[in-house]
Amino acid sequence: MIRIFSILAGLFFTAALLWSFGNGAYSAITDPAAVTAEEMFHKHPKQLALASDGAFGNFDHRQLQRGFQVYQEVCSACHALSQVSYRDLKQLGYNDDEVKAIAAKAQVPAYNAKTGEVKSHKGLATDHFPPVVYGGQGTPPDLSLVTKARHGGGAYVYSLLTGYQNQPAELLKHFPDAKVPDGLHYNPYFVNLNIAMPPPLTGDGQVTYGDGTKASVDQMAKDVSAFLVWTAEPSLAKQHQTGWPVLGFLLFATVLAYMAYRNIWADKKH
Amino acid sequence: MAQDAGLATPEMDAGDGVRRRDFINIAAVAAAGVGGLATLVPLISQMAPSADVLAESSTEVDISAIKPGQAIKAMYRKQPLFIRNLTPAEIAAANKVDVGSLRDPQTLDERTKEGKTNWLITLGVCTHLGCVPLGAGEGEVKGEFGGYFCPCHGSQYDTAARIRKGPAPKNLEVPEYVFNSDTIVKIG
Amino acid sequence: MSFPWANDYKPSHPFMQWMDSRLPLPRFVYDAIGAGYPVPRNLNYWWNFGFLALICLGLQVVTGIVLAMHYAANAGIAFDSVEHIMRDVNWGWLMRYSHANGASAFFVVIYIHIFRGFYFGSYKPPREMVWLLGVVIFLLMMATAFMGYVLPWGQMSFWGAKVITGLFGAIPLVGEPIQQWLLGGFAPDNAALNRFYSLHYLLPFVIVGVVVLHIWALHIPGSSNPTGVEVKSESDTVPFYPFFIAKDGWAALAFLFVYCAVVFFAPNMLGHPDNYIPANPMSTPALIVPEWYFWPFYAILRSFTFDFFFIPAKLMGVLAMFSSILIWFFLPWLDRSPVRSGKYRPLFKKFFWYGLIPSVLVLGYCGGSHAAEPYLMMSQLAAFYYFAHFLIILPIVSSIERPDPLPFSITESVLGHDDKAALGGKAALGAAA
Repeated sequence: MIRIFSILAGLFFTAALLWSFGNGAYSAITDPAAVTAEEMFHKHPKQLALASDGAFGNFDHRQLQRGFQVYQEVCSACHALSQVSYRDLKQLGYNDDEVKAIAAKAQVPAYNAKTGEVKSHKGLATDHFPPVVYGGQGTPPDLSLVTKARHGGGAYVYSLLTGYQNQPAELLKHFPDAKVPDGLHYNPYFVNLNIAMPPPLTGDGQVTYGDGTKASVDQMAKDVSAFLVWTAEPSLAKQHQTGWPVLGFLLFATVLAYMAYRNIWADKKH
Repeated sequence: MAQDAGLATPEMDAGDGVRRRDFINIAAVAAAGVGGLATLVPLISQMAPSADVLAESSTEVDISAIKPGQAIKAMYRKQPLFIRNLTPAEIAAANKVDVGSLRDPQTLDERTKEGKTNWLITLGVCTHLGCVPLGAGEGEVKGEFGGYFCPCHGSQYDTAARIRKGPAPKNLEVPEYVFNSDTIVKIG
Repeated sequence: MSFPWANDYKPSHPFMQWMDSRLPLPRFVYDAIGAGYPVPRNLNYWWNFGFLALICLGLQVVTGIVLAMHYAANAGIAFDSVEHIMRDVNWGWLMRYSHANGASAFFVVIYIHIFRGFYFGSYKPPREMVWLLGVVIFLLMMATAFMGYVLPWGQMSFWGAKVITGLFGAIPLVGEPIQQWLLGGFAPDNAALNRFYSLHYLLPFVIVGVVVLHIWALHIPGSSNPTGVEVKSESDTVPFYPFFIAKDGWAALAFLFVYCAVVFFAPNMLGHPDNYIPANPMSTPALIVPEWYFWPFYAILRSFTFDFFFIPAKLMGVLAMFSSILIWFFLPWLDRSPVRSGKYRPLFKKFFWYGLIPSVLVLGYCGGSHAAEPYLMMSQLAAFYYFAHFLIILPIVSSIERPDPLPFSITESVLGHDDKAALGGKAALGAAA
């Protein structure tokens, strides 16, 4: 009895699926989905090699400091870094006084829920990076987690920063209506090809590095990408440093346990 | 499971083989035990103060606006902190006391920094049961000895914040602090 | 229960004797996972996954309790509190990554456990109750995992909550009120987040309870085995301790090695980047997908793209998605083959390896992709086979199939011979099993 019900139920579900499949196949043939400009021209991130890559990766603190400088002088005009606090910068190799001086340059608004007052105070090491007021076009995302929140991570940021170009003529040939809208900029690494952010790194020497590194656009893009990898995952180096001993121990324990298992079963066929 | 002590099976042959086999079994169990203990480290230390809490373990306070005879309450490690600018009369009153007669013998000099005897910096936490004593705020009762008075159980502190009367066992605690400058003091 | 030759607990230490006559907890443990529980000697490595699932459950409970000490279930600060765990709490990143990847590990293990049951007929008499309780555990796990994924309050959390509660909106007439009741509002917000948190903390302990029942029910007939032939004599079994403790123990360490490799070196491999963007009710991610372990079911949900007679496509998808798991409840009565193990079922084996496994893998792949062609057509064909397999093929196959000859006993399958004369009387029983 139950099997009759089961076969009927089976016929019901399979018939409904065939119906959907048939309709879908029919419309796929008669009305095939058109290729979009994004599908044709969107590019995967370029290769970017950072010191933090791989299972042995560790941060290059000098590069992170340079990246932080790029963030401060270029990105921070529009992009916040809300999850990061100034005291975290000590991990980049700054000492207490330097961190204090960096924090003191910022005005941190504090809302008093009792009085409804918003007062600003000079940034302290314990403060998080303050929110950024932005009035222009688009919505600049918070950058704290951006390398974890985008496919490609640091390589994506690097590609985006160095990927601005003129809209290819070929694109307009295929999609005459897809001209870059006013105020947007063509960037094949951006998800829909047209990004509101104007090219932020415009020329060599835009910042002056303290350590003498030549501030080419490529170098600045690399440095700030490395910095944003750190902001998204500050514990990365510790993860790797903890991970290896843990895996080593587990390997040792697994081998021992396997030998014990072989011992115990030595006289039992199974 | 007493009769199962050791993992040896009856079929095992005697001699060195048994000892080597036993050794591996014991080593495997010991390794599992060590691993288990090691995992306790993160599980226990996660409850210790986190980095953001530790970062607030020191506070800088601007004392330039405190006139002699006045005191302010500041927040230090999520607890009240009393910073008091003693008047010469209060200093004299504190120094007049016979230290030997005190419950917790300390001189005012021991409780302040050299050359800054007028700055009395203490936690605002009664050493009895942790209430906040009165006396730092404008117009608050200062108690019989002109220092602080704890309303919970009636502990009285003098102008050097030493316990003089009532149930509290100790003087108000003086935290570690340094004068960064004449007007900025860093506590903790 | 137990077999007559099971070791009896005989405490030798006076304290253990004192204890045994007052609270026989050591005896209980001895009989459940000690030397007092005889287990078929021929269990292969597929049988380790029950124990591994138990380890995963323990891991999730411990790391979950730790995370709950630092997490704040408030829509305004939930996302930040997770970042606080990642950045400021001592070893917080380890706790969170262990928990997030622990959920994935749990599902990997449980899927292998379930498919072992499918293949070796573990759902068949006399173990139907073990199977039914197992399906209940799986449903509870899905609910728990779904609600746990909402807690970080990222984009995927928010939109996952919205889409899944939206499924209930497909129910005719009462759908919308039910959806609002589930969320405590018109869209996921503080009310939903708080109740999901509460239930996410509660359900694991319900799972622990059902797991106890699951193991209890298992211990009545004893474990099944790869031949599917029931235990006949003492030579068919070995005591759980030390034999299977040793085997489960080394398998557990090997499992932990793989798990830790992911936790320490690729902790976001199985996650979705969008969940590192705070929840934003005004902007939908380009691709909403659940965690990978829901992909096959998500693909079934999306396979129904056209109304079927008077049934709207949306309702049909919801119906099919829930049915795809609920039909497992009927499995013991759909597959009536007298042979338990797929090893001795030539026709069943073909459908299992060339039908069921590929269809589920295709469904999983399509469920993680965009809802567009060719993924829709692929998942429609795979879902077609999935339903046909359980509802049509299994009942028919089990009545027309000619099974291969079974070994006389577990001992014979292991040693190549057995003392049949001594067991002559019971042979008929084994053949019928």
